[in-house]
Amino acid sequence: MAHQATDGQALDDTDGSAGHWAFGTGFDEPLAGVDTTVPDGIDPADLGEYCLMLGDDALLLAQRLIQWITACPELEEEIAVANMALDLLGQARLLLARAGAAGVLGRSRQQAGGSIPDEDALAYFRDADEFRSTGLVEAPNGDFAQTMVRLLAAATVRLAVFARLRRSRDPVLAAIAAKGVNELAYHRDHAARWVLRLGDGTAESRRRAQAGADAVWPLLADIFTPADLEERLTAAGVAVDPAGVREEVTAVLTQVLDQATLRLPAWPGEAPPRGRTGGYGPERAELLGTLQGLARRHPEAAW
Amino acid sequence: MTRVSAATDARVVAETVTDPELPMLTLADLGVLRAVRTEADGAVVVEITPTYSGCPAMGAMRADLVRALRAAGFGDVDVRTVLSPPWSTDWISAEGRRKLAAHGIAPPGRAPARSPGPVPLQLGPARRTAACPQCGSPDTVEQSEFGATACKALRRCRSCGEPFEHVKEI
Repeated sequence: MAHQATDGQALDDTDGSAGHWAFGTGFDEPLAGVDTTVPDGIDPADLGEYCLMLGDDALLLAQRLIQWITACPELEEEIAVANMALDLLGQARLLLARAGAAGVLGRSRQQAGGSIPDEDALAYFRDADEFRSTGLVEAPNGDFAQTMVRLLAAATVRLAVFARLRRSRDPVLAAIAAKGVNELAYHRDHAARWVLRLGDGTAESRRRAQAGADAVWPLLADIFTPADLEERLTAAGVAVDPAGVREEVTAVLTQVLDQATLRLPAWPGEAPPRGRTGGYGPERAELLGTLQGLARRHPEAAW
Repeated sequence: MTRVSAATDARVVAETVTDPELPMLTLADLGVLRAVRTEADGAVVVEITPTYSGCPAMGAMRADLVRALRAAGFGDVDVRTVLSPPWSTDWISAEGRRKLAAHGIAPPGRAPARSPGPVPLQLGPARRTAACPQCGSPDTVEQSEFGATACKALRRCRSCGEPFEHVKEI
């Protein structure tokens, strides 16, 4: 029945005969028709929360990237940044829908109207302490060089995790990861080519690329430290232990910075997971303010 | 006239639906239409797969499929998303490639093989090539890996000078 209702709504939208909620896509639940039964032996609450971790990283990095729209150094780059943000937004939608299907909605359902889909309730109506993203994606963009260094680091980590998640015991998560791998490979390599061009470019571009690397590297401190939930789900064959991707990530980042003739910043000491366990700073609150402000101010808005 | 089954009918109807962003292609040409079947109770189940995770056209595709099938007399239509295996440009049909080229869009070459292991870093310029859909020259250069839609890159022909879009391999 749910599918028929969705189809009917989609038809109405296309015909222009009915308004829909202004802040969602209004037409489509991204997992419509996908079997979202949680396999035996996997704790649905853990799985949902893990999907929030991965989905929130994508959502907030997309939000940071789109802050470049109308401000990129060239038109082609603006299109590239928008494309990458759209890929990440798509990954976020799938992962938040997966979390919702596993029953993990936090307080969002109490704050969002009943007609708002789970994925949108999770994106717009969770408070900052309920997000599970990392500081690596939440940090302000800085200049374009710093933005590309951060994208390189974030895409490298995410690609390494997603490549392994293709073997997750949750078939939905494995399918989301398999799609994401193809997209993230484009993002990582695009950012890497910018870091080469800037690092091995003019004195000014080199100065900015080096400053960007120096600003981004400390954000890697808690990236490779698993939260308790990640350890449990890794043992269950569902998740990827972030400690297990450290070697691959450091090798890729070192290779790019070497080739860009940049000085490799000191690797930060290992810190306990912060964003993954609900800790956050003003960056997350500021970012969510711009992401959620309008939807929360006008929760029933339709067009 | 040969009598065809309802399932064949539904498939024929579904295969006429075009892509919202590449309207010269049907969803079947694009490899997005994965299956059409008719259940015992007469309900039609259609499976589609997104090109990219963020494909914004999925909703329009679903609506177009439902509308076309209902107009053909199929009252109960269920359009389902399938995510696995992920869409590849290798699924664009020969007919789809011909139509793309005829509309000035260079069709994709062979998609890169994906191993189950780490994805190797590619720091040089993309190794893609594409002949110019206007003059046929192979002497073309990529201007941006990302184009007006997620599935296209921007290229320019060095022979005739024309810019063109290229469906990039994935």
